[in-house]
Amino acid sequence: MDYSFKVFNREFIEILSSIIEAWEKEKIEEGYRDRKKSFETESGIPIKNVYTPLDISDQDYIQQLGMPGQYPFTRGIHYNMYRGRVWTMREFSGFGTPEDTNRRFKYLIEHGETGLSIAFDFPTLLGIDPDDPRAYGEVGVVGVSVPTLNDMEVIFNGINMGEVTTNMTINPPAPVMLSFYVATARSQGVPDEKIGGTTQNDQLKEFIAQKSWVFPPQPALKIGVDLIEWSIKNLPKWNPISISGYHIYEAGATAVEELALTLADGIEYVREMIRRGYKVDDFAHRLSFFFASGVQVFEHVAKFRAARRMWAKIMKEWFGATKKRSMWLRFHTQTSGVELTALEPYNNIIRVTLQALAAVLGGTQSLHTNAFDEALALPTEFSAKIALRTQQILAYESGIADTVDPLGGSYYIEWLTDRIEEEAWKIIYKIEEMGGMINAIEKGYPQSLITESAYRKQKSIEEMRKIVVGVNAFKGEILEEEKRIPLLKIDEEKVREQQIQRVRRVRSERDPAKWRSSLLELERAAMRGENIMPYVYNAAISRATLGEIMGTLREIYGEWSEPIYL
Amino acid sequence: MILYSEELIGSEESSLREYRKIPKIIVAKLGLDGHDRGAKVVARALRDAGFEVVYTGIRQTPEMIVNTALQEDADVIGISMLSGSHMTLVPMVLKLLKDNGAEDIKVVVGGTIPPDDAEKLKEMGVAEVFPPDTPLSYIVKRIKELVEERRK
Amino acid sequence: MRIDAEELFERALKGDIRSISRILTIAEFPGEIDPEIYRGIVKRVIKNGGRAHVIGVTGSPGVGKSTLISKLISMYRSRGERIGVITIDPTSPFSRGSFMGNRIRMQHHSQDPNVFIRSTATRGVSGGLSISTVMLVEVFDGLGFDRIFIESVGVGQIDVDIHNIAHTLINVLIPGAGDDIQLLKAGLMEIGDFYVLNKADKPESEQMFKTLREILEILQNQGLSDWKPKAYKVSAVLGTGIEDLVKGLDEHREYLMKTGSFGNIVSRRRKYSAKIILRHLLEKTLENYIDREKEYLDRIALGEIDPFTGSVEIFRRFVREIHRIR
Repeated sequence: MDYSFKVFNREFIEILSSIIEAWEKEKIEEGYRDRKKSFETESGIPIKNVYTPLDISDQDYIQQLGMPGQYPFTRGIHYNMYRGRVWTMREFSGFGTPEDTNRRFKYLIEHGETGLSIAFDFPTLLGIDPDDPRAYGEVGVVGVSVPTLNDMEVIFNGINMGEVTTNMTINPPAPVMLSFYVATARSQGVPDEKIGGTTQNDQLKEFIAQKSWVFPPQPALKIGVDLIEWSIKNLPKWNPISISGYHIYEAGATAVEELALTLADGIEYVREMIRRGYKVDDFAHRLSFFFASGVQVFEHVAKFRAARRMWAKIMKEWFGATKKRSMWLRFHTQTSGVELTALEPYNNIIRVTLQALAAVLGGTQSLHTNAFDEALALPTEFSAKIALRTQQILAYESGIADTVDPLGGSYYIEWLTDRIEEEAWKIIYKIEEMGGMINAIEKGYPQSLITESAYRKQKSIEEMRKIVVGVNAFKGEILEEEKRIPLLKIDEEKVREQQIQRVRRVRSERDPAKWRSSLLELERAAMRGENIMPYVYNAAISRATLGEIMGTLREIYGEWSEPIYL
Repeated sequence: MILYSEELIGSEESSLREYRKIPKIIVAKLGLDGHDRGAKVVARALRDAGFEVVYTGIRQTPEMIVNTALQEDADVIGISMLSGSHMTLVPMVLKLLKDNGAEDIKVVVGGTIPPDDAEKLKEMGVAEVFPPDTPLSYIVKRIKELVEERRK
Repeated sequence: MRIDAEELFERALKGDIRSISRILTIAEFPGEIDPEIYRGIVKRVIKNGGRAHVIGVTGSPGVGKSTLISKLISMYRSRGERIGVITIDPTSPFSRGSFMGNRIRMQHHSQDPNVFIRSTATRGVSGGLSISTVMLVEVFDGLGFDRIFIESVGVGQIDVDIHNIAHTLINVLIPGAGDDIQLLKAGLMEIGDFYVLNKADKPESEQMFKTLREILEILQNQGLSDWKPKAYKVSAVLGTGIEDLVKGLDEHREYLMKTGSFGNIVSRRRKYSAKIILRHLLEKTLENYIDREKEYLDRIALGEIDPFTGSVEIFRRFVREIHRIR
């Protein structure tokens, strides 16, 4: 649409200005004083006393906001948002043995969860088998151990993979996990068109924040894009990548930095696909995003709105996308874990509610709410249930899901959305000047941004500029009930024993000739620079283990060793 | 050893004090988790408090950490863990220190350590456990005390 | 705790890690221990030293010095050599603290009993090499380490100073960082023995390498030294080009041996150590003396006397004072 109109006419703005001027004077005369010298958002954006049409007098409703479901999608990617269908409630879970996780998944489905989300243990995340000495002490602890196809088969035993969608938080070994998943679904008789879900597969943010990297940035980007390419060809319902800001925020970035760095990562994936000869409209609709939502409700709502608008602009104006779906920023949200406290843990239920509120008001497509014991351990059944109930209460009792973008038009929210966008562009342009994200990572730019912000946030808590209830303020007697909350305990030794036995059994029972040739073919394909996905899949169904497949690739791609910026 | 004139520079004792060892701490991420936010924030606070901080980065094994502490002649080993595997890996660090006759090096642990585990770790010989939400200023103060204790 | 110098030294010679570590600390911090014991240990160390090949590695931050050293360590370890590494990080002028993050890239050697890595800090007052660093070199040498690497901070005077205590100096550069110009500016091109272009897998490296070779050719023709500085292309991350570099380093060591420079450099290093210590002592003493001249300084401050004339006068008085004390 080519219209360009300001929401408020000039005459009105002029009159309003003089009214506000008088009001400012009056306020001082009446002797009103603020309780703090200055107010600002966590990203450091100064906040004014009150917002009026004056603050958004430049805004052009049609160009910058538009209607939901229309460019630039500031108000939402769908016409009716949650009036059509509420967001997907997807609780990240998984721990111990595949059997344990299978039980937890069935429990969650029974309580109304609509999507599964697998948490893997560290050995799996780093692509090593449970009998690798580096895995000692870590098997099944923070997630489920999945070193073989057999383990994936156990996780989905009795769960119809044609009826659930599954999110897998996995990065360098994403090609292997997707292969295990697809092979399991196929063996259940599920057709490829019905296999749905997401592989996180955001290789770049590993270097920036999450630090579960294996290969150096360049080959990491390559295998990530290999997976995208393969999914486009084979799995019409699969989201091959979830470009993730969550870990960036958790590592200490501000909301603005999270937004900017995530979109900058996204830009890099788009460029790599275009380099491989794809047209932007052929693949852009398959990219999805993942953000954190924080307790500072308004800043995060504004962040989500700015994110949609910026991505739409990037896709349309930078890459020439023409299809609406190519410009959509679809995202999953997880409530921020670092904002939760270990002291007085039940307070976290309220924090999670506020964070979830921000995600929903921001228009998320799916949501994970953290359990209140997050700061101490993996959730118990009880804490996981409360987390899920939080979402359900928001969706069905609060009424916030009954209209689209209910905060749209708030002078403050619109102003803040513009400000966040402006600040985020600055960082994106800086990365562009460095020659893109890979160069920026090698120079340590995003890493040092985050380290700096993390330190600043901590300092502001220390210096009481930021209040954390029950931690640096309002500290009272700690009650018996909050001192010893029941925590989930993993018997690591037992899990490790079982997983080592299973991986050894798989190794001894497979067809050795088929196994060996599958790994050899993978090695050759990787050396030739081909898309490795078909070869990884073949190795997976030849019962090669995760450690063996990743080991083969490590030999060729090398291993990253990170520069340190403090 | 009279280094120089006491009249100009003060007593021998005070001149030598200037050449006393600066407290040194190893800050390490033990195990496989990559959440280095806390470790880095603490490392920075310690540096600002006058420590020499040897930062080893993520994915350190107990052997790597202990060898580093021995080579660096560290006063304290600071371990950060958010992986939940502290009960298996931290005791290995303590054992290796013992095997090397280096129990005098103090070990402190920070991260997602539940209260029960913290008590057990202290019984095993960990000098201090810093659970989430511990103020930086307290961490620095406590580690300074441990260095003093060790040097006595 | 009573320390027996002889026993400690013997245990360290046998490779006892704690004893080596203890001696390194004693050498770094003379104030740590009874002066008698200090002298006892350091005397033995110096007497036993003079054989290690000391390699200084300099270059701007982020050029990959640590990764390169790590790869060189692997090569020398495969020959069975014992390696000592000294990494230097900047000391915060405000807190005296330091953040030592260099060994991170060498951490996989930390379980090898024949690789000993010690992190130290600039700790200096005047921006040059500290007493700690030079003394660490003496200890590693005296305890029979075959090769000693010194990794510089990558900025300022220290990079230049390392030249005075190392047998071989490697300058590490990367393409596209404006390093070529920096080198010329800093005058480093006149003192390096090796110029290593790291990250040679990057496309921009070809041009940079050409420029580098041209500069070296000019320098060689000037004949500043008999040793013609050499340029190498490596990728420290991928491990390419390292073998050639090691070959070059061997040649340099042989050259130093043949010409007798090897021993001369050890002597130069010790003289240089003494100078550093003297400079430090003088600086401290002078600082203290200056405090006594507060009134005179006030006159300079008021403009009654110009700073040069005034300073010369203060210095004269200082020298007289020294004479008086004797």
